[in-house]
Amino acid sequence: MLKNFSRHFVISNDVVLKDVRKDIGRYVADSSRRAFLQRSLTLGGLSLLSGCDIVDENSVDTALSTISRFNDRVQGLLFNPSHLAPTYADSMITRPFPFNAFYGEDQVVVVDEADYQLEVGGMVADKRTWTVAELRAMPQIDQVTRHICVEGWSAIGKWGGVPFANFLQRVGADLSASYIGFKCADDYYTSIDMATALHPQTLLALTYDGQTLPPKYGFPMKLRMPTKLGYKNPKHIKAIFVTNTNPGGYWEDQGYNWFGGS
Amino acid sequence: MSKGNNSLIHPVWLRVTHWLNAIAVLLLVMSGWRIYDAAPFFDFVIPKNLTLGGWLGGAIQWHFAAMWLLVCNGLVYLACNALSGRLLHKFFPLSPRALVADLVSALTGRLSHADPSQYNAVQRLAYLFVIADAVLLVLSGLVLWKSVQFPILRELLGGYEATRRVHFFAMSALVAFVGVHLVMVALVPRTLLAMIRGR
Ligand code: HEM
Repeated sequence: MLKNFSRHFVISNDVVLKDVRKDIGRYVADSSRRAFLQRSLTLGGLSLLSGCDIVDENSVDTALSTISRFNDRVQGLLFNPSHLAPTYADSMITRPFPFNAFYGEDQVVVVDEADYQLEVGGMVADKRTWTVAELRAMPQIDQVTRHICVEGWSAIGKWGGVPFANFLQRVGADLSASYIGFKCADDYYTSIDMATALHPQTLLALTYDGQTLPPKYGFPMKLRMPTKLGYKNPKHIKAIFVTNTNPGGYWEDQGYNWFGGS
Repeated sequence: MSKGNNSLIHPVWLRVTHWLNAIAVLLLVMSGWRIYDAAPFFDFVIPKNLTLGGWLGGAIQWHFAAMWLLVCNGLVYLACNALSGRLLHKFFPLSPRALVADLVSALTGRLSHADPSQYNAVQRLAYLFVIADAVLLVLSGLVLWKSVQFPILRELLGGYEATRRVHFFAMSALVAFVGVHLVMVALVPRTLLAMIRGR
C-alpha cells in the first residue's frame, strides 16, 4: 500500500503540464510518506527558523487534533441541508476524470457482481443484504457535480444512482442516529454525519457518465457527495452501518479532518 | 493627542493584536505553502523546509487552527481600531497628493521620522491595503473550505477553481507586504521598539 502512496497525488487535466505535475506530486508524496511513517506532525520549517525544537511534538499533535474536532462541530453547525452544490452541463465534464485512491490504478479491486452483496447493519430495521440488481431497481437520478480533493484540485464528473436518503428510509434506518459508516472491498473505510447522508445530492452512485460504474471509479457502488471532499466518498462499498459511535476513517484516523466537507 | 516623548504611541491592544497576527500569518503562510505543494497549479513547488506540517494532513491541521487566531484576533483589532476612532485619525486623510509627496521624499531619503505617532501617507496606504488583503484572504479561504455553504461569495470570486488562485495571489501580496514591511522596520528600528514597548 505504501509503495503506491505517491499515486494518491496530483492528477491534473492540463495535458501539457501533466507529467511535470506527476513528478512533482511524487516528490511531494515521498516526503509526505516519511512524515507519515514517523506518525507525527513535524514542525518542519518552523523549528528550522527557531533553530531548535521549541515545542513538544506530542502536545502540538494533541492540540491540533482537538482543534480539528472543534472544526468538525463548527462545520456541522454551518452545514445547511438545503444548500445545493453547483451542477454543470455535460460539456463541462473533466475528461478523462482523474483516478484517485490510496493505491495505484493497476491495483484497483475488481468486484464480481455475481458474488456481491451489500451488507446493511447497525441501527436499521431491515438488515437484509442487497444485490446490485435490487439497487438498480430503485428510482435513479443523475447529476453533474464538482469533485473537490483535499489536495486542492477539482474535477467535474457525472454520477447516477439512488438518492441515499431514499435508501436509508427504505432500510428503515434510524435517522436520528449520528453517523453512517462504510466498509469497502479495497479495505478503505470512512464515515459521515447523518445530515450529509440525507442531503438531496448524496447519491449511492451506480453509474459514471451514463455507464455502469467502472472498477476504477468504485464498482459496484460509490457514495457520491458533492458536499464532501474526495476522501469522504467511499468506493467499492460492501457494508453500510448506522451508528452513534463515530467509526472514523482511513485518512481521518491519520489526521485528515473528519467532517471534511463544504 | 499628546505628542510628548513619553506618551504612548501604540496602545497595548494594538501591540498584542499586531504580534498575534504576525504569528498567525507565519503559521498560515507556511502551512498554506505545504497545502499548495499537494496540488500545485503553477510550475513550481515551495521548498519543503519552508513549509509547516510535515505532510498534507498536518499542514491542513495547522492551517485550520491558525485561521481562528487570524480571524478572532483580526476582529478584535478592527473593532478596537474602528470604535476608538483610531482607524480614522491614524489612516486618514489619505490624499493622492500626499502619497506622491511622501513617496518621492522616501525614495530620496528625505522622509521625516520626527513624529513616530504619525504614519506617513505611503504607510497608511500600505497598512490599509494589507488589512483589505487579509479580509480577502479570509473570504476566499471561507469559499475554499465551505464552497457549498457560501454560494454568493463563491460566485463573486469566480467559482471554486478561480478562488484557489485568488487565495494564492492574496497570499503573495501579503508576503510581499511583509517583505517591504520588514525592510522598513529595519531602516527605522525605533518603530520596532515602539511596537514592543508602546513608546
Ligand atoms: C515579525 C514581523 C513583523 C514585524 C517586526 C513588524 C513590525 C511592525 C512595526 C514596528 C510596526 C509599527 C510601524 C510604525 O510605528 O511606523 C508595525 C505596524 C503594522 N504592521 Fe507589522 N510587523 C511584522 C509583521 C506584520 C504582519 C505579518 C502584518 C500583516 C500581515 C503586519 C501588519 C502591520 C500593520 C497593519 C501595522 C499598522 C497597525 C496599526 O497601526 O493599526 N505586520 N509592524
